[in-house]
Amino acid sequence: MGSTLYDKVFDLHTVRSYGDGRCQLFIGLHLVHEATSPQAFAMLRERGLPVLMPERNVATADHVIPTDTIARPFLDQLGEDMLTRLEENTTNFGLRFLSPGSGEYGIVHVVGPEQGLTQPGMTIACGDSHTSTHGAFGAVALGIGTSQVRDVLATQTVTMNRLKVRRIQIDGELNPGVTAKDVILHIIHELGVVGGVGYAYEFAGEVIEAMSMDERMTICNMAVEGGARCGYVNPDEKTFEFLKGRPAVPTGEAWDRAVTWWKWVASDADAEYDDVVLMRGADIRPMVTWGINLEQSVPIDGLLPQIDETSPEAAASFAEAYDYMGMKPGTSLSEYPIDVAFIGSCTNGRVSDFVEVATALERSGAHVAPGVRALAVPGSNAVREELIRRGIDKVLEKAGFEFRLAGCSMCLAMNPDKLVGQELAASSSNRNFKGRQGSPTGRTMILSPLAVAAAAVNGSVCDPTSVFGQAVTTPDSEGVLA
Amino acid sequence: MTSNLDARITAVTGSTVVIEGNDIDTDRIIPARFLKHLTFDALGDHVFEDDRKQDRARGVTHPFDEEARRGASILLTAKNFGCGSSREHAAQALYRWGVRAVVGESFGEIFRGNCGTIGLPCLTISAEDAKAARAIGAADPAAVGEVDLEKGVFVFGGREFPVEISQSLRDAFAAGTWDTLTELLKSADDVAGTAARLPYLNGFHAG
Ligand code: SF4
Repeated sequence: MGSTLYDKVFDLHTVRSYGDGRCQLFIGLHLVHEATSPQAFAMLRERGLPVLMPERNVATADHVIPTDTIARPFLDQLGEDMLTRLEENTTNFGLRFLSPGSGEYGIVHVVGPEQGLTQPGMTIACGDSHTSTHGAFGAVALGIGTSQVRDVLATQTVTMNRLKVRRIQIDGELNPGVTAKDVILHIIHELGVVGGVGYAYEFAGEVIEAMSMDERMTICNMAVEGGARCGYVNPDEKTFEFLKGRPAVPTGEAWDRAVTWWKWVASDADAEYDDVVLMRGADIRPMVTWGINLEQSVPIDGLLPQIDETSPEAAASFAEAYDYMGMKPGTSLSEYPIDVAFIGSCTNGRVSDFVEVATALERSGAHVAPGVRALAVPGSNAVREELIRRGIDKVLEKAGFEFRLAGCSMCLAMNPDKLVGQELAASSSNRNFKGRQGSPTGRTMILSPLAVAAAAVNGSVCDPTSVFGQAVTTPDSEGVLA
Repeated sequence: MTSNLDARITAVTGSTVVIEGNDIDTDRIIPARFLKHLTFDALGDHVFEDDRKQDRARGVTHPFDEEARRGASILLTAKNFGCGSSREHAAQALYRWGVRAVVGESFGEIFRGNCGTIGLPCLTISAEDAKAARAIGAADPAAVGEVDLEKGVFVFGGREFPVEISQSLRDAFAAGTWDTLTELLKSADDVAGTAARLPYLNGFHAG
């Protein structure tokens, strides 16, 4: 019997086993950001410890960064303090800092792959649950808490339990207008938000193989929303093609050796899994969440479920969700006008996401509906510059979007971009929790960037094909407007 | 493993505070704006802040606002408590408020791990027992329970509920070795050895 990628990587990085199920696991790459690191550095100072391997730790700033201007000091004093603290900590402990000033900054899960820091076969940790994103490259990528951030800084290791591995194999083809976001929302709808607890998810099958690296990142990003601690895709030629030539990636003969090793890391054809789930691409429709957890979703043209259609156990959560969202069972989401459309985040803030949206907007000549505030927020400064180089900023602005500076922005609103009152947002981010987007009573629907754009134009959620018609395309990562 | 007597956790005794509802996410336990604090110190005052405010506006008293719950050390929850973000702030806020053990049907994985790292055991209990325990706790703020980690029981309201915690965590709490950093620092040589065999740290030459 062969091994899975997860088991190969986990074994290779195991420093020692405690004999009680826990292991000390070496972390090949640790990504650091301003929001979950200050207490960790403070704890190092308290114990008088240095950072063990500064070169394996890279920092950036994303959560508190404003998206209108990054002129210092920030208007938000708390945000300014956090950035200053990160600057001090990275200087004092000798970490590389992809800073706003250098132009290399952006959402930690966007800049890691962009710089080629994220590579197959690595263990990657970051004080952020969406670290699972990096699994798209065949890495074992784990979100950790602040005490564990401290542990990695001090020892380049963490204490971890081995996970079980569930292969989610999706074969066939996707229907037109169905995106990677819809695929992961479908998976979470089917398996539930706790279905993945105790598992690493391996995403595989023809649908995943056909996806670009950007699309695979969208899928792995939200593995954690299905309860899994991490998700990954086995590395293949697309992975290598994406990585080639990026700053942190080896060159020359080392590149050839790297590719050989990366191929070895992939799950063996006869690998044994703890669980296998089979799905058909053709069964997946554009999806949208209507509630306050990620499994409360419906096909975009479907009706909201009746409370008694669900299990007695989920009924209370349904009732709470309907109450909070101000929505009724049996209605269509098209009946609820949106206030805000947000395209961005580590789920869907990469070049191809904006190219896809801009292509649809330009071909259809559509414009954002009156009364809707539409934000396009690139996931990194490099994404932003690339969009400008291709003229995509102009297309988005002409269609009525605000084209802003890079950052997490309205994904969780630790910066000035926030919902107000009970505003209803169509958002390409990854969480619809109560109060997630900055207003304690704000309401969030999670959907694909294309569907967010369609909602912005229509004024309420609708099937993207009804707005963009034949303009709906799924360009590759190079994009069709190049 | 050497044990650390001061840090040993074998049982938690105290009154309870009850949070109903499944899928209580970490954004609710501590809203994102409190992630902007540079220390964890003040978080205890802000646990469930938005839920508490909204309850107040509706004329309802949130469990964490009830006078009679002040000083409670056992939190009783339902299913998937602490799902969502990896913010340790959620565990820290509960701990700093005074919670010393959480008993619930199931927990968000990262949340439970974070709790373990700061010495806050999360124990699972069957759905039926969880409901019964919450009912006892809700009815009587003064009722004192005892979570016995060694025996794996939660004694409460004259009943004895079986509760579970992983063997590894139970052992770590019993020995006072739940502080992961102290343990990790013990194996510097092994760490160097592991690094030496990783191809990507060695020019992709086989280790
Ligand atoms: S974009 Fe959102 S989910 Fe991603 S790292 Fe930023 S805040 Fe977290």
